[in-house]
Amino acid sequence: MQEHDLTFVRAEMVIAQAPPRGERGLGSWLRRNLFASVGDTVLTIIGLLIVAYLLPPFIEWALVNAQWTGPDRSVCATVAQGGVQPDGWSGACWAFVQAKFGQFMFGRYPIDQRWRPILVAILFVALIVPMAMPRVPRKGLNAILLFLIFPVVAFFLLVGGVFGLPHVETPRWGGLLVTLALSYVGIVVSLPLGIIFALGRRSKMPVIKTACVVFIETVRGVPLVTVLFMASVMLPLFLPEGVTFDKFLRALIGVSLFAAAYMAEVVRGGLQAIPKGQYEGADSLGLGYWQKMILIILPQALKLVIPGIVNTFIGMFKDTSLVYIISMFDLLGVVRQNFSDATWASPQTPISGLVFAALIFWIFCFGMSRYSMFMERRLDTGRR
Amino acid sequence: MASQDILREDNSRSSFINDPKIRGMFFQVLVAVLLIGGIWWIVNNVIDNLHRSHIASGFGFLDSRAGFDISQTPIAYNSDMTYGRALVVGFLNTLIVAATGIVTATVIGFLVGIGRLSRNWLIRKLCTIYIEVFRNIPPLLVIFFWYFGVLSVLPMPRDSIELPFSTYLNNRGFYFPHAIWGEGSWLILVAFVVGVAMAWFVARRARQRQMATGQTFPVFWTSLALIVGLPLLAFAASGFPVSFDLPKKSIFNLSGGLQVKPEFMSLYLALSFYTAAFIAEIIRAGILGVSKGQTEASAALGLRPAQILRLVVVPQAMRIVIPPLTSQYLNLTKNSSLAIAIGYPDLVATGGTVLNQTGQAIEIVVIWMIVYLGISLLTSAFMNWFNAKMALVER
Repeated sequence: MQEHDLTFVRAEMVIAQAPPRGERGLGSWLRRNLFASVGDTVLTIIGLLIVAYLLPPFIEWALVNAQWTGPDRSVCATVAQGGVQPDGWSGACWAFVQAKFGQFMFGRYPIDQRWRPILVAILFVALIVPMAMPRVPRKGLNAILLFLIFPVVAFFLLVGGVFGLPHVETPRWGGLLVTLALSYVGIVVSLPLGIIFALGRRSKMPVIKTACVVFIETVRGVPLVTVLFMASVMLPLFLPEGVTFDKFLRALIGVSLFAAAYMAEVVRGGLQAIPKGQYEGADSLGLGYWQKMILIILPQALKLVIPGIVNTFIGMFKDTSLVYIISMFDLLGVVRQNFSDATWASPQTPISGLVFAALIFWIFCFGMSRYSMFMERRLDTGRR
Repeated sequence: MASQDILREDNSRSSFINDPKIRGMFFQVLVAVLLIGGIWWIVNNVIDNLHRSHIASGFGFLDSRAGFDISQTPIAYNSDMTYGRALVVGFLNTLIVAATGIVTATVIGFLVGIGRLSRNWLIRKLCTIYIEVFRNIPPLLVIFFWYFGVLSVLPMPRDSIELPFSTYLNNRGFYFPHAIWGEGSWLILVAFVVGVAMAWFVARRARQRQMATGQTFPVFWTSLALIVGLPLLAFAASGFPVSFDLPKKSIFNLSGGLQVKPEFMSLYLALSFYTAAFIAEIIRAGILGVSKGQTEASAALGLRPAQILRLVVVPQAMRIVIPPLTSQYLNLTKNSSLAIAIGYPDLVATGGTVLNQTGQAIEIVVIWMIVYLGISLLTSAFMNWFNAKMALVER
């Protein structure tokens, strides 16, 4: 009896073949991504129309017709408006941005003293870059330098009045300097404060819990503008006669408390997401409340809510622009203030200044959000 | 035995300092004393300061003459009326810009959010660019952009830009025909109310019938016919009682019609565009949050794509979407307080004027806080109710 073994086992791999012609190349990509169906084609055409309507005029305005250098408004105005450009001309007035660049960065900070904010900026970059790169060692030392030593150094450098540095009052500060100073202090203060409020809200002690809930919900329920108004008109009323506060400091307090309330809610989300076993495990090891929180719960909870924390930072960075309303001049405020400068007032000036300010804000916020996405992937908290 | 003794001894030795209960009490009393002491100190200082600067506290100033004009008045107002009235006008203006902004932001947000999930590469990229641009710049900058960058460089009224349907655009705002309702137009309103009531009734009956017999009924088209058709019928029956006051161009100005001021336009456009970027992300997260198995299972049950979307995906996505959407609506309402930067007379702007004239800082800030907190609490209460209604019914 002979066995007919009909099974077949391939001994070697088949050589890989190229995908069919219709499935590769530009044509297939276009068909799949742009013209998959009639509806898709219509959408693509609409999209192309939008691009064609917006992009070429923008490029023409921002690059082709733009005026990059010039002494005053005449380069940015048409003949009818008292300038040198032909009628119907429309282009960005980058000359305005260039002429006012120093103001946009430092406000009315004395020109011969501007090396001080620049030095602070260099120090800040030198500390934040190694802090942000996960591979660089000595994070502890770096953090102490960035969050404890740097603020002191920066304070004395910027305010002056000691070591032979002339004193520069805060009303002379302005531009990006104010934006960054407010955001930095807001971030450094609001995170620990927010953690404390979040812990207080989860506390079992009714008095502490109520106080925290009332604070958080009140601050979150009202607009930042009213908080800033409160800091600028009501705070002086709260203090005894003769005690005055710097306006900058009042804005700082307002912004930090406001951000702390939002931060508290983000951190609370993280605290709630930690399974009960972690709390009980820490208890059974005999850890006290603060040991339990600092060693076990917070490291896990904060890691979970990094995206939320960074979103709050971004929100606060954008919100610093609101100090314009209590007449302080951050980047946006300085740009706005310069619209009325008679040397440069032309129809193109406001929009050029605003586009420039938008670009700076955008770079900072987009950078922060990308960095948070990077950290999220690294710590792998995104998918669980 | 011995160990028990030690434990007992330990217990008696561990003094009350280590008792968590007593410690808790101690800290609470400490916090309470600090808080009350702080508040008492502040109140004392405030009384002192007010006394020194001769400001009478209390809300009596609300009844005195305002003496300033407001550029947009939804209810009758002039400078002879009271501060209280001025604040009410401001509050209504806040509500107007918040309501219109919320509607527009939701529409744009839905379109962009769905567009970001589109199979179409171009649409997807365009929507991503929109979101990334608007999410990362401050709302105040967007407001300035519309106000100083776009609307204030429009031509003067005499060279207004003409748009379809007799509408005009110039640097004083947007002009459109004013519909004047003639006699008998109340019929249309009545027909609308009746239509809505009937549509609700039909929907109820249809659901009952489907539960009982499984037969479906075209509820959507019937409701549409009732809600739109009945008022149209009434409109025809009462003899088209409407005429239009068209804006007319004269040599220097536009006359007639209704005008939307540039302050409102910039605030409305900026809030809508800015918030829409956030809403789009929420919508996207909501739709992505419904697992693919749900879509596939409903397809396996034989539902058509439109039915899958309406009956399976959207109800589940809504559940994810509603809480963050609520907070975006509240954010938009709170951001409307930026109106003060361009002079749109909302609650904060009119309040600021009153504050400058009377010096009643505390009262004005208290009014602001109460109004905004009230709006927040009401909205959250409504949304919590809605959320509970939509929530998954679990065993």
